[in-house]
Amino acid sequence: MSGRKVVLVACGTGIATSTVVAERVKKLLEDNGIKADVIQCKIAEVASKEADLLVTTSILPRTYSFPVVNAMGYLTGIGTEKIDNEIIKHLKD
Amino acid sequence: MKVSELINEELVVTNLEVDNQEKVFKILFEKLFKNGYVKESFLQGIVNREKSFPTGLLLGENNVAIPHTDAEHVLKPSIAVATLAKPVMFKNMANPEEEIPVKIVFMLALNSPHSQVEMLQQLVSLFQNENILKQILDAKGGDEVIEVIKKCNINN
Repeated sequence: MSGRKVVLVACGTGIATSTVVAERVKKLLEDNGIKADVIQCKIAEVASKEADLLVTTSILPRTYSFPVVNAMGYLTGIGTEKIDNEIIKHLKD
Repeated sequence: MKVSELINEELVVTNLEVDNQEKVFKILFEKLFKNGYVKESFLQGIVNREKSFPTGLLLGENNVAIPHTDAEHVLKPSIAVATLAKPVMFKNMANPEEEIPVKIVFMLALNSPHSQVEMLQQLVSLFQNENILKQILDAKGGDEVIEVIKKCNINN
C-alpha cells in the first residue's frame, strides 16, 4: 500500500473505549509525523475492512491479515509507552 | 462535556449490597430508565454486550467495570454509578478467561462517541488515579461521589 496508512481502532461497541484510544493514537501519529487515517469501528466490522494496523481494546474474534496492537494499557495506564512504540514501529516500516 | 455533567445524584448508588453482576445491571438500569435516559431495551443490550465483550478493567487494588451498549438504546447521554459493599466478579476486558473482583461500576449510556471524547478521557484518567477511586469508594452518598468527581475535573 502506498501513501496514507489506515489505522483501525476497534472495541466491542465502537463507542466508548475506542473513542479514548482513537484520540490517543491520532495524537501519537501527529507527534511523530506519521500521516494516517484513524478509523473507529466495532471489532465485528474489522473483518470487512482493509488496514495497515488494528489497535484494539477488545478480544479478537478471529485473525487478521494486518498487525494488531492491544491497547488495553491506554485504559489502565499500564505500559502506555510500550504501546506507543509498537504502533509507531508498525507504521514506520 | 465533563464527567460531572453526565452524572447526577439520582443516578448514583453507594455501598450497594448485591452478589452478582446482573443485579448491579438491573439496579443501575432502573435508575437510568426511570429518569428517561435510556430505552427499555438498554438492559438486554448491556447484558448481551457484557457476555461477548466484558468490561471489567484490572487496575490493581480497586477494579472498575464500564458496562455499556449500542447507541440505539440510549435517549440522553449519562452515567450511572454504583459503589459495591463487597466486590462483584466481572470478566476482564483484556482477558475474558479471567474473572476480576470489581468495586465500582460505571454504567455508560452513550449516544455519540465524538462529542463525548473529553468525558471519556476524563473517565479513563480517573480510573488511573487510585486515590480518586478510593475516595469514590469511601463516599457515603451520591452527593459525595459527585463532589469527588468534580474535584477531579478541576485537577485535570
